[in-house]
Amino acid sequence: MAIAALSFYVFAFITLFAAVNVIFARNPVHSVLFLILSFFSSAGLFVLMGAEFLAMVLVIVYVGAVAVLFLFVVMMLDVEAVASRKGLARYASVGGLVGGLLLVELVLIVGGRVGGLPTNTAAPALPIPDMAVRTNTQALGDVLYTDYVVLFQTAGMILLVAMVGAIVLTLRKRSGVKRQNIQKQTLRTIDEAVELKKVEPGSGL
Amino acid sequence: MLEIGLGHYLTVAAILFTLGVFGIFLNRKNVIIILMSLELILLSVNINFVAFSHFSGDLTGQVFSLLILTVAAAEAAIGLAILVIYFRNRGSIDVDDISVMKG
Repeated sequence: MAIAALSFYVFAFITLFAAVNVIFARNPVHSVLFLILSFFSSAGLFVLMGAEFLAMVLVIVYVGAVAVLFLFVVMMLDVEAVASRKGLARYASVGGLVGGLLLVELVLIVGGRVGGLPTNTAAPALPIPDMAVRTNTQALGDVLYTDYVVLFQTAGMILLVAMVGAIVLTLRKRSGVKRQNIQKQTLRTIDEAVELKKVEPGSGL
Repeated sequence: MLEIGLGHYLTVAAILFTLGVFGIFLNRKNVIIILMSLELILLSVNINFVAFSHFSGDLTGQVFSLLILTVAAAEAAIGLAILVIYFRNRGSIDVDDISVMKG
């Protein structure tokens, strides 16, 4: 139990530390790297809670794909690393006000009920099976392809639409690029390919 | 202190959420940081979902967390695509410039 508690504190601390650095890092590349760290350590939190499949998905999808996408864009856009901090105080006051209010409200909600957080008297709709009998991935697969198949397919459609949208948005036709036009090549006839010239002797072309 | 309960995870998620909101307000120079703050907020929501799922013994929360992950990935892809074409057109991604709608 002590090991679990210690790991929780370590992972939680690293997550929050990295999140702070995402916001305050001057170099956007550092921000992305701290975002990766934050996702990685919250995957550790997921493992502590027994959500192993979600933890692995988090690592694969976020650390492997989304964060690399961010990194790619940050490096491609060539944003200057030195972000000017002139309006910082003004924005920090507004942000601090809103963020502080939010935190106070959330703590009131969580802390006010910490003694008796919902004990959930009702039986769970989808009880988590014993890890020794059915692993987390198997249990998720059991419900994902049966009870939640519509949501699953919808998620797939969302990803498809996002993919098409991203491609359509960033695709552009460059002018002045020489490309192979196969239709034009195959439709070429002898008339436009070969020209017969009558050369007069002694005069050249 | 040694017994990690639901409140601990909710506290971490609450702090993470607040940091995300704070980041949106703080960074007026770089839209990418704002997108990253959005990712932090979605991550905190995921932590909440998984925590409630774990402590109430119900698998539903993990299913919905999976869907949130999907939507967040789609949002990141679209957002970054918009960012790229915006940068191509305007040559900057300052938030102060983006507040002008006229192209």
